[in-house]
Parts: sequence; C-alpha cells; structure tokens
Amino acid sequence: MKRHLTLSTGLLALAGVLIVDAAPAFAQARAFVSNERDHTMSVIDMDTLKVIDTIKTGRRPRGIIASPDGKLIYLCASDDNRVEVYDAKTLKLVKTLRSGPDPELFVLHPSGNPLYIANEDDNMVTVVNVENNDLIAEIPVGVEPEGMGISPDGKFMVNTSETTNMAHVVDTATNEIIENILVDSRPRIAEFSADGKQLWVSAEVGGTVAVVDPTDGWKIIKKISFKIPGVNDDAIQPVGVRLTKDGSKAFIALGPANRVAVVDAKTLEVEKYLLVGQRVWQLGFTPDEKFLISTNGNSNDISIIDVASEKVTKSVPVGRLPWGVVVVP
Amino acid sequence: MGLKTNAAGVALAFVCAFGTALPALAQNAAPPLGPKAAAVIAPEQTFRIGVVRQIPEPPPWIAPLQMPPDDLGIAGAELGIRDNLTSGRFVKLDYKLSTEVVPTGEDPLPAVEKLVADGNNFILLDVLAKDLVRIADAVKDKDVILINVGATDDVLRQQDCRANVFHIAPSRAMLTDALAQFLVTKRWLNWFLMTGRTDADKLYAEALKRSAKKFGAKIVAEKTWDYGPDARATAQAEVPRGTQVGEYDMLVVADELGEFGDILPYNTWLSRPIAGTQGLMPLSWHPTMENWGASQLQSRFFKQHKRLMQPLDFQMWEGVFSIGSASLKTRSSDPAKVKAQMLAPDYDLPVFKGVAASFRPWDQQLRQPILLTHATNTVTLSPQSGFLHQRTPLDTLGVDQPESVCKLN
Repeated sequence: MKRHLTLSTGLLALAGVLIVDAAPAFAQARAFVSNERDHTMSVIDMDTLKVIDTIKTGRRPRGIIASPDGKLIYLCASDDNRVEVYDAKTLKLVKTLRSGPDPELFVLHPSGNPLYIANEDDNMVTVVNVENNDLIAEIPVGVEPEGMGISPDGKFMVNTSETTNMAHVVDTATNEIIENILVDSRPRIAEFSADGKQLWVSAEVGGTVAVVDPTDGWKIIKKISFKIPGVNDDAIQPVGVRLTKDGSKAFIALGPANRVAVVDAKTLEVEKYLLVGQRVWQLGFTPDEKFLISTNGNSNDISIIDVASEKVTKSVPVGRLPWGVVVVP
Repeated sequence: MGLKTNAAGVALAFVCAFGTALPALAQNAAPPLGPKAAAVIAPEQTFRIGVVRQIPEPPPWIAPLQMPPDDLGIAGAELGIRDNLTSGRFVKLDYKLSTEVVPTGEDPLPAVEKLVADGNNFILLDVLAKDLVRIADAVKDKDVILINVGATDDVLRQQDCRANVFHIAPSRAMLTDALAQFLVTKRWLNWFLMTGRTDADKLYAEALKRSAKKFGAKIVAEKTWDYGPDARATAQAEVPRGTQVGEYDMLVVADELGEFGDILPYNTWLSRPIAGTQGLMPLSWHPTMENWGASQLQSRFFKQHKRLMQPLDFQMWEGVFSIGSASLKTRSSDPAKVKAQMLAPDYDLPVFKGVAASFRPWDQQLRQPILLTHATNTVTLSPQSGFLHQRTPLDTLGVDQPESVCKLN
C-alpha cells in the first residue's frame, strides 16, 4: 500500500515537472510547418523565431490547418492516406481521421466541423465529421483536386482541380456543385476574403490569380498577372494566397520566382514583390497579422515577413521541402 | 481501410458509368448526401478522337526490362480520355476514343480513312514519317486534325511540315539539344559519337552533331557500330577494342533501335559515361519523373493500367489532353475552332514539368521541357538554367523560328 502510494506520488510529481517545464515554452504564438520530404512538422516559437520541436509525422505531410480555437493542428499525411490531428500545446498526436486517398489540402468548416479534404488521386472531395470520423459525403470534382476554400459563413466550399483548370463551388448544405469557374492552368489555392465578397484563385502554370465575385454569379472580376524584372514569366507561378482580415492587402506566393507579391486588394493592383526563399509555396499569418510566414520548398526554410512594413525580416531553417504553415495563438 | 476500398469503388463506378448514367454511389458507408454530378445532363458536344498506332519493326533483341507492353501508347490515350471526361462533364462535353493498331509493315492509311469515315475529327498518329506525310496529304481536305505523337523526325517539322499536323512527340533536335545543354553545363564538352546502322540512327547522330555545334561541344571521335545485330555475348571483348579512340569526356550513342547502346556501359576502354539513346537519355517522360505533380499522373496511370508510364504513353496522353484542354475553352468540337485555340497565345498545357507547354505557331510543334534520365532516376530537365531566349527558354530546344523552313498552308 505504501509502495503504491509512493509510486503514484512519484508519477504525479513527474507529471507536474513536465507540465511546469512545458508551459512557459508554449506561452507564445507557434508556427507549425509541414516538411514534405522528411516527414516531419517543425514547431517555431514566434517570439524567439527558434525551432522548438520537430515532430515525426505520417509520410509526406502537406496541407496543415488549425481548429478555429487554435487548440488542434490538422495535417494531411498524403502517402499514409490519413489526416493526423495534433494537440497544439502538448504536440502529441491526438487521433487520425479518414481522409480518402492521397489527401493534399483541406479546409475546416468555420464552426470547426466538418472537414473537407481534396483527394488528389481520386478526383474527389471527402467530407468527414471530425468528432466521430464519419464519412459525410464524397463529392466528385475535376482531375487532381487541390485547393480548398470555404466562405466565412460556411455556406460555400470551393475546390480547385489542377488538371481540369476549374474552381468548383459546392453548396455545403447539399454537398452539390452549384458552379464551375474555368480559370487558368493548374489552379492551386482558393481563398475567400474575410467579408466573403471576394474569392481569390491562384493558377500556378497560368501565372495568374483570378478574383471572383461570389455575389454576382461567381464571375471573374479580374485576372491579376505578375511581371518581375529579370525573372522569366515561366518562373512566375502563383500558389499560396492570403488576405488580411481588413480586406486591404493580399499576399501571393510566386513559387520558383522566389517572391511574394503584395497586392492592393481594393484596386487589385500589384504593389511590390518581396524576395523570399526558393520555390515559395504556402503562406500563413500570425493570429495578430503582424507577421506573414512563407514556406520555401527548395531552400528548406521559412521567411518571416513584417506585414506593416512589407519587409522580409528573417529566415528560419526548417525541414526538407517545407510545404504548408499555420500559426496558432 | 474501409474507406479506401469504398473510394476506389466510387471512382471506378464513376468512370464506367459516365456519359450514360448517374454514377452510382450506393456504398453503405456513405450517408445520403451522394454526389449528383453534372453527368446526368446529356453532353452537348462530343469530341471523337481516333488513334492509329503502327507496331514498329522489333529490334534483334529486347532486354527483359524493356519488353514493350501490348497497350504501349494506347494506355496513355485512354487515361487522357478519362481525364478529359472528368473535366468535360462540368461543361457538358463528351469524348470518345477509337483505336486502330496496324501490324508492322502494313499501310496505316486505310486505318486512318476508316476513322475519318466514322466521324473522328482528331487523330493521333504513331506511324513512320513517310507514312505520316502521305496520311496528312490524303486527308488534307477533310475536317481533321492530325496529332503526331510518335515520329521524332525533324523533317516533319521542316520541309515536310503540314498545316493539318500538330507534333506532340519531341523532335530529335529538341531531344539532342536538351542533352547538349546539360553536358555543356557539366563541361563534358568532348564527345565520342557511336552511330548504329539504321537510317534513324544516322538522323539521331546528325541531330547530336547539330546540337554539339549549337551549344559548343565537340565531336572528337566518331565510329559506326559494326559488330552485328546482337553482340551481347562478345561485348566484353569487342567494346573495349572498339572504343579505343583516345581521350574524350562522354560517349554519345545513336541507337534508336536498341541494338548495342545498352551493352556499352562498363565495357568501354576508358571509364566514361554514356548518353544519347541509351545511358543518360533525353526523353519526354519516364516512370521516375515525380516533381511538379508528375507523381499524380504516374499514379493515375498505374491505377488504371497496372504498369509504369512510358514516353509514348505520355505523348498519347498529352495528345488527348491537348484537345481536352482546348475544348474547355471552345466548348465546340469544330476542328477549326479547336485548332485556333491550340494556337492561341493564351493556350498553355500543364504537363507536369514545372512550366506550361504550348504549340510553336511556325511548325505546330509542342514546346515542352525534356527529361534527362537514366534507368532509375530523372537527373534533370532541360532547358538548363542560363540558356536564355527572348520568347521562352523552351525555344532553346529544337529548331527555332528564324531557322525554320516550314511553310504551313
């Protein structure tokens, strides 16, 4: 009896130490970066800009998002055909969810459930209940579904299919496609503005970003194109898109052009290009939108962009082929 | 696991059912919200695509790893149709494929005429250059676009170019330029050229010489392979003797048939690498190509055909996909409209190589990056960085507009 008591106390004490130790390190905003080629996720403390942990994940981690409360990190382990859910504080794997084959990108309903997953190999979007892992629907879309966006009110989910060159608009009440928007080649990302009045769709090979008006029959208002002195047009390949919550600016990752474009989201004019690492892929804001992070696949690092001054302030080495990034408070 | 099976079932059901009925999504696992895709609506336009493939003369021997599959090329066209259907259903477009395989030595023209009579407006051809010209002239007044997916002969893009022919297959000049750029980048500038006995080998050798001159490499020695059609048993004795030509950086080989190129590595007098038709090969595609989404195409192909995707499969896929891609914009199967779209300045074809492919207006050749690959790895893609062009770096490969003697009419 006495021995048992001692053991329990010992475990409690040990647990206590772990918690005390762990807590301060996680008091600040953290960025999670998926590293596609070494099957890991880097965790970066946004105060010190140091990598504080590298977590082994399923194979070929790509899409990465957080739950609306920032407590959970969802990660697509593409080659393991599953979604992994991590506790953003303890960094432990909490559970895995069904994903359908070859999940690449996904989006959560603004309420935090369900999860819409693009199945790149199977021309489908899989809808999964994140609470009980139930399959809610499988929506056939175009060839190589990739980008996933959801309107702020959760009424519309938009999927881009890379080889079909369309953005498919799905009514989330019925899970049926209500509109197909033909955009330029290899559409990668679909991103709604915070007010839901604009939908931005990047086309990697087409080299453009289409700005769509969801309130007017999903018509394309403008196709933004890019010109960078000294960079061949072929190398300008828009991928990641992020808009500030106030709707004033858009940031667009331009792939092998190694630049992030800053666009006035009102006039839809490109204002400047920020030099970042090689093959810049996805972007993520810190919750306060003071900083924007870019993942730079070929230089194996991330760039930190100061949003107010529109300057790149630092680069931080992470794993091999960093793909996506999400920051939680 | 349950889902995986289910998902595959759905995809398969969808492909099979497409065009005739709503895809069944009756699996128990799926709750009521099934997809009612646009497939229920009858197609408004049908694109009829034919394929004529002539089985080439077999080489004297075939290594076990290089046994050509029965559906070589055709399998790529089938995947192209499937991809087109998946995209086209959203805008009520339908695609049909008819295939004619012509035995070695027979005339492929009747097969083409049959397909044309059956209403195929788009015909992919994998035939010899001389037959291709004859076919192009024979159907000149028909409403037909021909797409050359097999013949690499430069003459088809030059003196013998035809307005009703598009070229997907890279020309020999494009292939050897791609190789030359890489070798020059590596500073492997002195080449020993070994050429086979066939006319095709001589054309490949000519292309290598032209590329060497264009990019500043030098042919320091030249030999014709004359050790017979199957020298496997005696290669260890004969190749060292036949390769004593003094100092060189690279043995470049022109052996399109595959008679001797594969027995050269490790049998040469000096320890030199080999490139060309064997060794490090310039190709449109290879199963080891993975970047830029290529692994997705490879995986789709493998799922459908249970084998790896070869260059001819890829070229046929590109041929069908090039029509599909144009069709989404024309929404009309009128060949004149499709042709205009394929030549439109904004036409770009994403072919999983990092930059878009497009057709050169002066000879209707698809410009696209070329892989340099050995048996188990894709080493690089050309154009190499630093080779610049006022239009696109892709036009550093092959015959450029100022040198072209092609007159399309």
